[in-house]
Amino acid sequence: MERETPGRLFWHRFRRNRLAITGAMIVILLFFFAALAPYISPYDIGDINTKNALQAPSRDHLLGTDQLGRDVLSRMIWGSRISLLVGFVAVGIAIVIGTFLGALAGFYGKWVDNVIMRFVDIMLCFPTFFLILAVIAILEPNIWNIMIVIGVTSWMGVTRLVRAEFLSLKERDFVRAASATGAKNSRIIFLHILPNALSPIWVSATLGVAAAILTESALSFLGIGVQPPTPSWGNILTAGKDNIEIAWWLSLYPGLAILITVLGYNLLGEGIRDAIDPRLTAS
Amino acid sequence: MIPLLLGITLISFMVIHLAPGAPTGLQTDLNPKITAEARARLEKIYGLDKPLHTQYLLWLKRLIVLDLGNSFSMDGRPVTDKIIERIPITILINALSMFLIILIAVPIGVISASYQDSFFDKFTTVFVFVGFAVPTFWLALLLMILFGVNLGWLPISGLKSLNYEYLPAFGMIMDRAKHLILPIFVSAFGGLAGLSRYTRSNMLEVIRQDDIMTARSKGLKERVVIFKHALRNALLPVITILGLSVPGLIGGSVIFETIFAIPGMGQLFYMSVMARDYPVIMGILVIGAVLTLLGNLIADISYALADPRIKIAK
Repeated sequence: MERETPGRLFWHRFRRNRLAITGAMIVILLFFFAALAPYISPYDIGDINTKNALQAPSRDHLLGTDQLGRDVLSRMIWGSRISLLVGFVAVGIAIVIGTFLGALAGFYGKWVDNVIMRFVDIMLCFPTFFLILAVIAILEPNIWNIMIVIGVTSWMGVTRLVRAEFLSLKERDFVRAASATGAKNSRIIFLHILPNALSPIWVSATLGVAAAILTESALSFLGIGVQPPTPSWGNILTAGKDNIEIAWWLSLYPGLAILITVLGYNLLGEGIRDAIDPRLTAS
Repeated sequence: MIPLLLGITLISFMVIHLAPGAPTGLQTDLNPKITAEARARLEKIYGLDKPLHTQYLLWLKRLIVLDLGNSFSMDGRPVTDKIIERIPITILINALSMFLIILIAVPIGVISASYQDSFFDKFTTVFVFVGFAVPTFWLALLLMILFGVNLGWLPISGLKSLNYEYLPAFGMIMDRAKHLILPIFVSAFGGLAGLSRYTRSNMLEVIRQDDIMTARSKGLKERVVIFKHALRNALLPVITILGLSVPGLIGGSVIFETIFAIPGMGQLFYMSVMARDYPVIMGILVIGAVLTLLGNLIADISYALADPRIKIAK
């Protein structure tokens, strides 16, 4: 018999969950598309050929061409890089801010907790999309600003999660033992409590990537996200709206790509949650 | 309440003012002949020459009397007027879509919980996952292509047809309804998945509790058990979720109002963002947040009214 480590237990539960495996496969596949974009795109994404504009899907152009005659499939493959980048960087920012503030609030309690949690309440009052739009329009709309703004406006959930973990963990014996041996607060926070508080963070990070990708695509669609000629799924859809009467393929496929990607990350996130702690499952 | 409101105004103010790029930039950058003197005069008109905290206090003082200043745009109208004339349509659409969400999502949640693992339950679970992942603006595009372009059943933009004024009263109502169907459906769609999932998991939890077991073992009909005993308990937390979904709905109005060209608050916000119309942006940010706060308050109060265990402190 092999020893049942938490990692093995996790993998054992995860493997049996068909939906979670599907999600993981989608995510891995997308990584491949993004990494191999220059090799697998059938055409150059900057190849403007107005004679070829708005061609319906055919054998030459599997997903048709856009208003400048560029190959939609190739642009979508390159667009997967943008989604991946925005998703991961934005979530990274949100996790760092959220974990830091949540740890402070949960560990120190009292007025620190009060100030931080009131700040969370205030931030949660804003329709996030309004806040993002306002900031993006004032800064320049480019991919870096988008990632920062999405990250800075989506850390509140993580803060609440981490705070709750810290509140319960700081009363546990191993933490008391550490502080009895005279460990510094920073050591207790980062070395003793944080590693034990990580599992809910993984789940919310995975789901967060999905949310960030959705937000980026909406911003790019509105013309205040990733700017052309850089291809993103959102800004291909803008072309779809402009040519809605003639070119259905410009609207259909990029949206399908967003749908599948977001679905993949959501399935993966739920799968991780179930595998970490089956009791948390919302049946 | 009050500290939250103050926090909201402070953050809105900081968001707009700590960012680089003066609102006078748009007018001056486009005109290379403008002198430094003229630029200073413009800044003075907008009060941008004063220190930030003074600007904030002045703005706050005017906010209390609902004076949000004048728009930077050509018309220069008071921000309050501009927003107020656009709020009704946004609230109408959001209220109707909230109604639609409750009407569809709650029964779905209840039925799939009552018949756990049935075909219906599995089907709705898939629907929920897909529903979470669908970008609403894409859904809007597809529906426009299907119903507007291909079938020609529904108009794809605006609130009324060109001949609206000449229609009989009934025709006017029908015309308005036709224009609103797609926007309402699209804005409701995002909430459907969440609420039905939430209702289902609440219902499942409630069904397993002792009082439901008791009701069943008394020999009550399943219908009575579900609808009389379980449903009431399961619906309570749903009220809170509805309150929490208000910011999402309001934020989403930017997207669908822009797509369907509906002259509401969301579209005004989008246009102001594009034009860097700071007073309007600030005004809508604050109003959006206050509406959210109100939504939560209403949810809290209805929760207290619906749940006899909670007494409102006097």
